[in-house]
Amino acid sequence: MSSSVRERLFPMRDPVTESSAAGHLEPAYDESAVRAAWLLRPALFLLRLGPLLVLLALCVALSFASPYFLTERNVTNLGFQTSIVAVLALGQLLVILTRGIDLSVGSVVALAGVTGAMLAGSDWYGSGGAVLAIMILIGGGVGLCNGLVIVKGRVLNPFIVTLGALSIVRGVALLISDAQTLTSIPNLILNAGTSKVGPLPVPTVLVLSLAVLTWLLTARTQWGRWIYAIGGNPEAARRVGIPVDRVLISVYVLSGLSAGIAGMLVAGRTGAGSPIEGAGLELDAITAVVIGGVSFFGGRGNVWNVLVGALIIGVIGNGLNLLDVTPFWRQVAIGALVVISIELDLVRGMIENRLRSIQALQRA
Amino acid sequence: MTAAAAPSAGHTRPILEVRGATKSFGPVMALRSVDLELGEREIVAVLGDNGAGKSTLIKALSGVHRLDAGEIYLDGEQVTLRSPKDARALGIETLYQDLAVFDNLSAVANFFIGQELTRPPQLRRLGFLRERAMAREWQHHRERLKVGIIDSNAAIGLMSGGQRQAVAVMRTVAFASRVVILDEPTAALGLRESRQVIDLVRRLPDAGVSVIVVSHNLEHVMEIADRAIVLRQGRVVGEAAPTPENHERLVALIVGAAHTQAMATSTGREEPRTREVQPPQPSNPKGEED
Repeated sequence: MSSSVRERLFPMRDPVTESSAAGHLEPAYDESAVRAAWLLRPALFLLRLGPLLVLLALCVALSFASPYFLTERNVTNLGFQTSIVAVLALGQLLVILTRGIDLSVGSVVALAGVTGAMLAGSDWYGSGGAVLAIMILIGGGVGLCNGLVIVKGRVLNPFIVTLGALSIVRGVALLISDAQTLTSIPNLILNAGTSKVGPLPVPTVLVLSLAVLTWLLTARTQWGRWIYAIGGNPEAARRVGIPVDRVLISVYVLSGLSAGIAGMLVAGRTGAGSPIEGAGLELDAITAVVIGGVSFFGGRGNVWNVLVGALIIGVIGNGLNLLDVTPFWRQVAIGALVVISIELDLVRGMIENRLRSIQALQRA
Repeated sequence: MTAAAAPSAGHTRPILEVRGATKSFGPVMALRSVDLELGEREIVAVLGDNGAGKSTLIKALSGVHRLDAGEIYLDGEQVTLRSPKDARALGIETLYQDLAVFDNLSAVANFFIGQELTRPPQLRRLGFLRERAMAREWQHHRERLKVGIIDSNAAIGLMSGGQRQAVAVMRTVAFASRVVILDEPTAALGLRESRQVIDLVRRLPDAGVSVIVVSHNLEHVMEIADRAIVLRQGRVVGEAAPTPENHERLVALIVGAAHTQAMATSTGREEPRTREVQPPQPSNPKGEED
């Protein structure tokens, strides 16, 4: 390139004017901005580690505040309590990673429980295993409907679709059970909800196995990579040939299946199928995902975030219980945590943006 | 038709040839018998104002639009591009502006997105990612295209716009065996960041790739292209070597110096109402997103 062309292209060599001339949102080059990078990186690190720190702080505080917190009985109890939210949150993670949301899972818990109890109480009751399978498949079926309506029905707003499903599924559960709580739960499911394998509650073992499977799917497979890609940039995902519709349907099916499994755990734990069970569980699941550090805006977060988030919810509920505080405070605390978490998510995004600009300046 | 379409020296064999490309959207003629030749390892710029037909032309070449009339030859053989998949299978890759990268994924993940290496094959899309093999191949392409060091494992959201676009260009180039089409590769970038991308594009012929680049930015075109063709109202209105000496001429071709009204409004969109007898103006056809 001749020097005259260079003159025409870059008449001003001053970096400040250069970036503003390009109309690009780069901060002016100055020493303090670059120095701030040294502060931003630890801040980012702290934000990413935040949920784990919160969990540890809660545990330490509670072990001082209550002599019962670290007892074997309480920890086991915590395992039972947390597992239901954790199972739902693992499914919810997949949906939220694609920028979606599944509000129907609490109602699915009720429908699965009611259906299981009705089947077990009916004449053609065969085996507990069959009942269990049907309960889980009901969840998958609801998830499939959600996914199909979102993708094929061109109602591209998962909030509305699953909000509708929340109401429809709850209504169906009330209709088929005639609003009665049914207590005929097969032994297999009762055991799954209440017994232990060695020192660990069965639901906890179930959660850990599901967590490993979810981790394999999200972190190790091509399908999982595509889930993240869709959350990161849905338009581009279509352009590069990712089967976006199928991936989206699959995450709603998996979320539905997880709701079916949670329904089984609830039925086993309470020994009943109730059509009013599980109300609000969808919010607990979403909360667990978000306070664990998964981005509500899609594409960021992993299984460990979700387990930490579910444990934070579990520990808060358990701690307030131990300290004899009314459980209504749990709702307040969790609601506040959700808002704070999303706020921190935004702060994280801002810090990353700053780092990007600074890096662009440094490389120039 | 003013285009002589004579390949410039050193690019004897055309790898891509378009003859009489015509496409209309309803009453609007987006392309009117456009000819284009792209020599091997040549960089040809397609210039034109909004609605001149640039987008329609590259969408036809990347299989998004089907031509109403006209032929496309690849290596001398006539081809039909029914879908983007067809184009890709024939070695034509397109990089669209703005839609290029996944900020939440690493450079390697971005590079392989949609075509990840997995095993075992029986698992198909549930197959496990071969991260190390992908990292190795990425490194290989990075060296081939002489792209500076990019942290291959960090999410590229933390990188500068130039680096991110470089990753997108690399991905496009690596999977293109014959032709790369770049739609406004520098549009979203600052000056400094454009530089990185321009330098990369200039090296592409060395890597054996022929390039069609669409751009509004005449300065960038002068730096990278061997040849520039100018579209206006769906026709090829001229061709010139993009040199500083031809700058005025290219501008005149783009805005249509003969059309004084067009000059005045500079986009040619607002034609006076008295000119109703004119043939339909394809200045802003449906489906055009320049």
